[in-house]
Amino acid sequence: MTTATDLRVMDGNKAAAMGVLLCRPDLVASYPISPQTPLLEALYRASAEGRLDAETVEVEGENSALSAAIGAVAAGGRAFTATSSMGLMFMYDAYLFASGQRVPVVMTVATREQTAPHTVSSGQQDIMMVKEGGWIQIVAESCQEILDSILVAYRLAEDPTIQLPVNVAYDGYYLSHLSEAVRVPEQAAVDRFLAPVGQGKRPVLSAAAPLTFGAFITGDLYTEYRYKHCQAMQSALDLVDALDGEFLAAFGREYGGSVETYRAEDAEILMVGMGSHCGTLQVAVDALRAQGVSAGVARLRMFRPFPRARLAALMRGRKAVGVLDRSVCFGWGSGHLFVDVKAAAADLGGAIPMVNFIGGLAGTDLRREMLERAVRATAARARGDQGPEVVWLNLE
Amino acid sequence: MQFHSPFEGAWADPETIHTILTGEWRLQRPVTREARCSHCGLCFLFCPNGCVRDRGRHFEADLDFCKGCGLCARVCPVAAVTMVEEEGA
Repeated sequence: MTTATDLRVMDGNKAAAMGVLLCRPDLVASYPISPQTPLLEALYRASAEGRLDAETVEVEGENSALSAAIGAVAAGGRAFTATSSMGLMFMYDAYLFASGQRVPVVMTVATREQTAPHTVSSGQQDIMMVKEGGWIQIVAESCQEILDSILVAYRLAEDPTIQLPVNVAYDGYYLSHLSEAVRVPEQAAVDRFLAPVGQGKRPVLSAAAPLTFGAFITGDLYTEYRYKHCQAMQSALDLVDALDGEFLAAFGREYGGSVETYRAEDAEILMVGMGSHCGTLQVAVDALRAQGVSAGVARLRMFRPFPRARLAALMRGRKAVGVLDRSVCFGWGSGHLFVDVKAAAADLGGAIPMVNFIGGLAGTDLRREMLERAVRATAARARGDQGPEVVWLNLE
Repeated sequence: MQFHSPFEGAWADPETIHTILTGEWRLQRPVTREARCSHCGLCFLFCPNGCVRDRGRHFEADLDFCKGCGLCARVCPVAAVTMVEEEGA
């Protein structure tokens, strides 16, 4: 059943803060960085006004922010932190510690380009720089989905079979600073949704029953922990799909679990993307369908673990696949998503024509015209036309 | 699949902690002449590994953990400790 909700207009940072407040963290430690800063301001304001019953730690940098969150989670608490771009890079050693040590902290990333060239603009390069860091990565498309994904993130992270940290990423500025209507769920409904996880479901540090945390490990035992980490990551794929149904029952909204599709059932070509521009991509697909181009969209909502099987099943039988990237993978000369989608397509045996579109770097808009161009180019590949494997939409 | 830890990550119960015997790294071992040891405890204080044990009337290294650095032999004021090559090391 859908519960009563409060409909408000807010930007993505505010929606993230609202999601965090509803999850009742015990500790919030974060360092301001654009475009994440207004989220932090909203949380500290809530703390000052008595709406956030959590320890708030003013840290001297992002490395300390995540480290404080790790400590709180190890002690049995629920912790939250948030960052962007260079802040994410500055916490990299703590980032790897959190996942390898199986610390279920939740961190939002308002995505931003990496310096150099220096910029403070939107892009997905920062989350791609940490994609092999052993965290679960969810990428939201709307302000509503940011709020909702934070609730799902805690359910995933603190599940006894998962025990992994989770990133909820959303496009900097496009989502962090633009406002939409957002339904804010009731606290009681969120409490019920989160009831299966929380304290007592995982090992914690306590003076009464001491445990060693972060022990030095060699050889076979190290291999055992790596294996367990891999297994937990893969099992998150099934859990996020299952939680989607539970979320629908509790709040009346659904996102397709790890992959959301749009007009994909009968589509001859499939466009794959991730993030806020997938909304524009739907508009582009509608426009081209009206002109007789049979196209659909698969939006990856979960990037790590990669929904390989579901995506391969979605690609089966398509005449061509187009992949949109807002980051570049040095060494492959393409986007990051393209590399992974090609790997998943290899599971199908036969070769599907695939083309990669790089655009939206450094805060440039992925306009409807550009995305229509991408859909048309993919349709041309389906007809057997030749062309470059990677198309830079801004430079054509 | 054979597992050795009940934990998902590098947590450990101190009672059943996975112990690394650092003594396996040793190339030479300290040998204490009990009769010569004055039981002053300098070797106990200086041992960087914390593996020198008080045996009542003398001190000696716990060879499960002693890495063979030789500091105990250097600081012994009565030269009761000598370093001996490990055979086959």
